[in-house]
Amino acid sequence: MKAAVLVFPGINRERDMARTLKLVSGAAPNMVWHAEHDLPAGTDLVVVPGGFSYGDYLRCGAIAARSPIMDAVRAFAGKGGLVLGVCNGFQILCESGLLPGVLMRNENLRFICRDVYLKVERSNSPFTRGYNAGQVIRVPVAHGEGNYIADGETIARLEGEGRVMFRYSSPDGMIDPNWNHNGAINAIAGIVNEKGNVLGMMPHPENHVEEAIGRTDGRGLFAGLTDTLQKVA
Amino acid sequence: MNAAAKITPALVAEHGLKPDEYQRLLDLIGREPSLTELGIFSAMWNEHCSYKSSKVHLRGLPTKGPHVIQGPGENAGVIDIGDGLACVFKMESHNHPSYIEPYQGAATGVGGILRDVFTMGARPIACLNALSFGAPEHAKTRHLVSGVVAGIGGYGNSFGVPTVGGSVRFHNRYDGNILVNAMAVGLARKDKIFYAAASGVGMPIVYLGSKTGRDGIHGASMASAEFDDDSAEKRPTVQVGDPFSEKLLLEACLEIMEKGCVIAIQDMGAAGLTSSATEMGAKGDLGVTLDLDKVPCREEGMTAYEMMLSESQERMLMVLKPDKEKEAEAIFRKWGLDFAVVGETTPTKRFIVRHKGQVMADLPIKELGDSAPEYKRAFVTAEKLPVIDAGAVEARGSIADALERMIATPDLCSKRWVWEQYDHIIGGNTVQRPGGDAAVVRVEDGPKALALTTDVTPRYCEASPFEGGKQAVAECWRNLTAVGATPLAITDNLNFGNPERPEIMGQFVGCVRGISEACKALDFPVVSGNVSLYNETNGKAILPTPSIGGVGLLEDFTKSATLAFKRDGDAILLVGETAGWLGQSIYLREICAREEGAPPPVDLIEERENGDFVRGLILDGTASAVHDLSDGGLLVALAEMAMASGIGATLDVPPDDIPAHAYWFGEDQARYIVTVPAKKADAVLARARDASVLASRIGVTGGKALALHGERALSVASLSDKSEGWLPAYMAGEA
Repeated sequence: MKAAVLVFPGINRERDMARTLKLVSGAAPNMVWHAEHDLPAGTDLVVVPGGFSYGDYLRCGAIAARSPIMDAVRAFAGKGGLVLGVCNGFQILCESGLLPGVLMRNENLRFICRDVYLKVERSNSPFTRGYNAGQVIRVPVAHGEGNYIADGETIARLEGEGRVMFRYSSPDGMIDPNWNHNGAINAIAGIVNEKGNVLGMMPHPENHVEEAIGRTDGRGLFAGLTDTLQKVA
Repeated sequence: MNAAAKITPALVAEHGLKPDEYQRLLDLIGREPSLTELGIFSAMWNEHCSYKSSKVHLRGLPTKGPHVIQGPGENAGVIDIGDGLACVFKMESHNHPSYIEPYQGAATGVGGILRDVFTMGARPIACLNALSFGAPEHAKTRHLVSGVVAGIGGYGNSFGVPTVGGSVRFHNRYDGNILVNAMAVGLARKDKIFYAAASGVGMPIVYLGSKTGRDGIHGASMASAEFDDDSAEKRPTVQVGDPFSEKLLLEACLEIMEKGCVIAIQDMGAAGLTSSATEMGAKGDLGVTLDLDKVPCREEGMTAYEMMLSESQERMLMVLKPDKEKEAEAIFRKWGLDFAVVGETTPTKRFIVRHKGQVMADLPIKELGDSAPEYKRAFVTAEKLPVIDAGAVEARGSIADALERMIATPDLCSKRWVWEQYDHIIGGNTVQRPGGDAAVVRVEDGPKALALTTDVTPRYCEASPFEGGKQAVAECWRNLTAVGATPLAITDNLNFGNPERPEIMGQFVGCVRGISEACKALDFPVVSGNVSLYNETNGKAILPTPSIGGVGLLEDFTKSATLAFKRDGDAILLVGETAGWLGQSIYLREICAREEGAPPPVDLIEERENGDFVRGLILDGTASAVHDLSDGGLLVALAEMAMASGIGATLDVPPDDIPAHAYWFGEDQARYIVTVPAKKADAVLARARDASVLASRIGVTGGKALALHGERALSVASLSDKSEGWLPAYMAGEA
């Protein structure tokens, strides 16, 4: 795996992400500054990490989406390259047009940091092959604006094309408003683009990869990506 | 000197200087000051910056120890944690601003303490907050809780530091003056700690970070006066925080430190440019000349007076190595931050401020700080309160009813509503999240970890300042011990009322003496701290609240103990002596509606022996769960262990020489609950006897309820509902 982790001013989970990529794949990623115009040669995975790029000023992810490096990321994704956006990264991918929809303020208008349960909807994708379809994983969230929404037509397409990868659920996999902490439509926690090579998700799988620090439910995502990329290489 | 505004007695008074203090100023400089100079003196000589009422007493605190690298007097304290690493930490108040504008007040409190830590070259790895609010029924409390919590989260979450612990309390004595005490903890290489002292003559002084605006002018002076009914008009003195800029400042500062560019560094906190520039010069035995025309300003037409007193946030002053200046500038430009050479060091020991071709201030730099007034204020020691005989306190209702009520009270209920608004996991090192005795944060990739907590029991401090001061330190030490850490050092944040009142000064002196005695007995030195006085409104003072922030070290984070019961069938052991002390207890206050009596005394020798014994059980893997006993006593602690796990317990009949309610809810000190596998219990009790530690078996874990002899069973699930229910309901306006 040759991952590139993008660094925008105000991003703050890039270190967590880099550490997890190294832990699971064995290879340390390249940290790529937002003002760069090109991704490092041979990059096979782009990760847009979490944080508060540009302080979340204007609109979450809106300024970062217009950084020079994002042109390179759009080109990379256009050629089928794998792109993962987590939390602020998901917001940036939506703002850059790589994913549809927006993330609004949480329904209760407060920042929420807690473990949540996610139902993995599909396992036949490079991002989720480390899980079984229908499996429930427990990972943390930490966001104030994670309430996913799009127009009715877009939601119908996302659902119809099986592009919802993760949903907030109860511990036994039931979709239930009581377990949807931010009010996202259809309890959507993560989606992919049409081609299935760009994933955006609000929860932080990178923070649940060690037994001693909580749990290891997030590992499957990175193990799956590593596996995919090793087979390609 | 510039054409001076007429310095009238009224103007002097507006600057918070008393007539005798102004005379001291005149004697020092031998002439009438300019307006800018008067402003500089008012900034340096107010209580907040000069510690003029407290200094004489703080000297009695123990500040040295084998692992202390830097004690009080720098931006933060520094301790050695081995492997070439140092822990840098401090706690500081932002009380007055948080009451006036809760979101920004609390946010900039967090920003200020983070800056203190990374100014020394440390990357912040954790924050904690000790918060005291007014009575829940007070009209402003809900608004203040909401704003303060959002402000702390808004700043820390965006900056990217996990907020892992702290405390939240409610009492009507904080109705007019809430307390927001923020603690930050950072990690640095032991040989890469940066200090404020400038060195070398003719060195460029560089201004870094955000631009200077008109916000926060006289913030430090506001924090040095009481409130009255018009305090809301002070809103313009509260600064506005920008965590995004602070994050950039952090990364840029650490980068230029790493590149070896920095000789000296000081953040601009209270009293802004004035305080940081004079501190760098005075500590380095040098003069400083500032050229204010070079200061990056947010708005046009700012006067020298305004620039010197602005408390705009996210700013730093540095002395850079001249040959590295260009490299440092490039790094700051990369991060989009302002960089300007605004002055230089001189051999004169004068502090000279120029603006538009005029000298606006010319003052002796060392005397500005060193000659600040210092008071030995009159104090009276409060009369000792009578010890309340537990036998004379009539039980109200059943034990089960009392427990259910107590765990749903504002002080004892779950604070999940608060800490879920803080990102407590960023960094990937949070071993123990909020809700336990102490937070545990792994150091880099381990195996070491730091244990962190904040503690104080203000009602004890009010009843007996000396015992209360001791207890605050002892409880902090106990909480660190309860997770298996070796307590290393503390930071203290001393919040009191108006020190010009002898009874308040008596509280201060008593608490400091108690803190000092406990720190000495427990080898737990004070390495940094902050004093916040004048926390009173219309003559009504807060409860004396000396918040203690403690740091402990675990050699192996996988060995840390948690309070949750682990399995059915473990023996429950009570360590320490139980006499049934009800004076100043939560039971007496919440169930009997009495805030009376002497607080529980702390036997520091017993504290140490019991703690060392418990830590031993944790580190050798014998203990399966550990919890310290504090507010609410034994049964509340057992309920917390049950709620954390969903596992219940069957408890033995209390000894017949103590009234049942005093046994279950008394607040005797130096106690812990430890669970161990049943088959090891006898051996553990024998070990306790050998160590002269009192310990007894009081029950067994198991089931889904707390079962007490002669009481209805209390299901753990229903206890959790009660404990979790109050705060969200209150904040939603339903309680």
